[in-house]
Amino acid sequence: MARKRPFQGSSSRGSAAVAIAIAITLVLITALTCYYFIWPKWWFPEAISADARDVDRQFMATLWVTGITFIASQLALAWAVVRYRNRGQRATYSHGNNMMEIVWTAATVVVFVGLGFMARDAWASLHFRSAEPGALQIEVTAQQFAWNFRYPGADGIWGRTKVSEISDSGGNPIGLDPADPAAADDLVMPVFSVPVDREVELILKTKDVTHSFAVRELRLKQDTVPGLVIRVHFKAEKPGQYEIACAELCGLGHHRMRSFLTVLSQADYDKWLAEQMALKREEMGLSEPEPEQPKQ
Amino acid sequence: MTTQAHEAHAHGHAHAAPTGFIRKWIFSLDHKVIGIQYYLLALVAVFVGMFLSLYMRINLVWPNMELPLVGTMTPEKYLALLTMHGTIMVFFVLTTAPQSGFGNYFLPIQIGAADMAFPVLNMLSFWFTFVSFAIMLAAFFVEGGAPISGWTGYAPLSAVGEIAGPGLGMGQTLWVVSIVFFCAASLMGALNFITTLIDLRVKGLTLMRMPLTCWAWFVTAVLGLLAFGVLAAAGILLLLDRHAGTSFFIPGGLVISDKLIPHSGGSPLLWQHLFWFFGHPEVYIAILPGMGVASHVLSTFARKPIFGYRAMVFAMCAIGIIGFGVWGHHMFQSGMNPYTAFAFSLLTMGIGVPSAIKTFNWLGTLWGGQIRFTTAMMFAIGFVSLFVSGGVDGLFLAQPSVDRGLHDTYWVVAHFHLIMGVAAIFGIFSATYFWFPKMFGRMLNETLGKIHFWITFIGVYCIFMPMHYSGMQGQMRRYPDSTGIGFLSELQPIQQFITYAAFVTLGAQLLFLLNFVWSLWRGERAPMNPWRATTLEWIIPSPPPHDNFAGNVPSVYRGPYEFSVPDQAEDFLPQHLTPAEVGAQNGKK
Repeated sequence: MARKRPFQGSSSRGSAAVAIAIAITLVLITALTCYYFIWPKWWFPEAISADARDVDRQFMATLWVTGITFIASQLALAWAVVRYRNRGQRATYSHGNNMMEIVWTAATVVVFVGLGFMARDAWASLHFRSAEPGALQIEVTAQQFAWNFRYPGADGIWGRTKVSEISDSGGNPIGLDPADPAAADDLVMPVFSVPVDREVELILKTKDVTHSFAVRELRLKQDTVPGLVIRVHFKAEKPGQYEIACAELCGLGHHRMRSFLTVLSQADYDKWLAEQMALKREEMGLSEPEPEQPKQ
Repeated sequence: MTTQAHEAHAHGHAHAAPTGFIRKWIFSLDHKVIGIQYYLLALVAVFVGMFLSLYMRINLVWPNMELPLVGTMTPEKYLALLTMHGTIMVFFVLTTAPQSGFGNYFLPIQIGAADMAFPVLNMLSFWFTFVSFAIMLAAFFVEGGAPISGWTGYAPLSAVGEIAGPGLGMGQTLWVVSIVFFCAASLMGALNFITTLIDLRVKGLTLMRMPLTCWAWFVTAVLGLLAFGVLAAAGILLLLDRHAGTSFFIPGGLVISDKLIPHSGGSPLLWQHLFWFFGHPEVYIAILPGMGVASHVLSTFARKPIFGYRAMVFAMCAIGIIGFGVWGHHMFQSGMNPYTAFAFSLLTMGIGVPSAIKTFNWLGTLWGGQIRFTTAMMFAIGFVSLFVSGGVDGLFLAQPSVDRGLHDTYWVVAHFHLIMGVAAIFGIFSATYFWFPKMFGRMLNETLGKIHFWITFIGVYCIFMPMHYSGMQGQMRRYPDSTGIGFLSELQPIQQFITYAAFVTLGAQLLFLLNFVWSLWRGERAPMNPWRATTLEWIIPSPPPHDNFAGNVPSVYRGPYEFSVPDQAEDFLPQHLTPAEVGAQNGKK
């Protein structure tokens, strides 16, 4: 038997208005959230590698699972608030239902952990295999607040670097050793280019603090960690210029640690690389006589 | 019985009601005063933290403006505000208010105790927290200002000193010292909570008859005991790296601004492991008490027993246990071994299960209820909604491959703000509207409370939902403005919308403050049990006397959520009523 007592929130008339307002708000929040997830304007930028598309597929699978959970929970909440608002009825006396607990626990385990297992493939192809043999290797050295990309140059050999040679002001940001002839033709640039459809392996390092190399279109993000050398690989399938940002707080210039990845056709890439090497030779010709490169 | 209990009280807690102002309100041994002290400290901290976030929101839309107190904004000032916002909110609000504040006040009362097991330790714990807060705030005023390394203080940025940036000298040192003090305080608090709950429960209050709030505070205390020790160790190691020439977190050969850093042999990932071994349980430290409060309030105002009490308890324990095995999901892109990422990922997906169980049970509690829309109840309903929203978006981040795109973007900002920020804050608000009458003997104004709820609830969704979309677009967190990266300018409309929403939402918190202060003196007098609730705090006066039960310690005869029991005159059965008293009550009607 229902007994009315003069305590806060006990009026049934007030209950209806508040209940309906809460329900409408929940429905609106749910609808708007879903609408903006479907609206293409704010979707991810187009993926430009098979790995990135794998990541997107896993994102979509997760979006379905979480989307259904989200909508069902918010609507159930909205419904319960309206349906079971105080109308003078007596609440059901129940301490729960063990069968229901078992069912929804088991169902959530299957769905959530299953999703986790599904995600394994995308992660494995990114990290459990190393770059294909013959991948184009580029060394990336992060620093406050710039990126240095190094190509081994015409000789194909990484020149030696020494910490003691590092000098931003002297134009040697990664410390190429002038005593090593193999270092003389190494290209060090603030931006980098790769040929399309070619496996690329990045060798990530940092000079100072932790940074993170991020290219949205590749769904690629990898911290560069002081003291570690970390390798990641990708194969870009679409020519174009893509922005690189730093994703790990590295100091006051973190937000302007910008660079570009340019994906070129093989012919354009060859031309670009030749130009860069010519520039380098010219630059070296001005500063010191170019030593003969020993051919291997 | 009464005399014995009184004697036990007199001997166990040899402190009579103090008379002097200092012993009563400053260096108090009374858990209720200490609870209020913690709450007020958190209240000050939350307004400081909100103020910092307001300036951050302004700078994200109108960079480098001239602003009161800080002068011209710069990227480094933004990062200092960001670091302090995160640190103050996580430690001095989300850890302090729900656990140390409400837990201190209501845990002893709900278990029928006269005080905490160790009142002096309790006082010390508060004063350590106070000193910690003072040291933290002092970082603003030293040369170089507050640190810019984020609340996570990643080494080596936080370890090598001011050569790496402004605020990383004295400011960073004060930050670390403050954190170590906070850890000490939290360890004392955790020990006290655990002992109190195990030893001081009244007769009849078995573990499975405890209110879910007590379970939440208990599990939180266990988490705190295991997690803060690790953070304290990490903080001390960081201090040694900074000032004693050690190299725990600094590897060899680092060159900053063309200067070789004279350290070698350390590991930046070690800091991340230690930090997140604390940091992830910390998320549950912030949210578990909110879960307890939401359960408590939902059951009370649905006038219905909690659905699946045992499942709720097991879920909280499961969260506590699995919570120590998921810290690696903060480090998927950190250079950690990618095989471990997979293990951390599965455990993280697994911790979604107890969280889902809790959500199901909250819905089950409302189902078939007779819902009373008090402000406390509305915030509890809001808590459930936000908990779901901030929970499901975490499933994306729990998968290392999907996280590769979303890591360190605004998606993450949205996720943790929704779940450990706003949902936990909703738990605190719910608790405040629910327990304020008991704590201060006055009712909060319900009309102001409801306006506060509406603006806050819609406001936080307007602030944090759009961050998912900017996160998908690659908007990085911890960027002072959008001038550095080209694609960010397209996302400025989202940033503007969020900033406007933040203005309104933060403004609405002044309503809460007004309500709080006004009601302290002018609020309607609170009766003993305004919500017709069942647990022990509602059988003593509002506010309670110094020793809570005035020597008249009750026994407990039933579970905490006996609402709408059939064939009863009243729709609630308090825990302390003997079967005979219940029979008499029914006969009388």
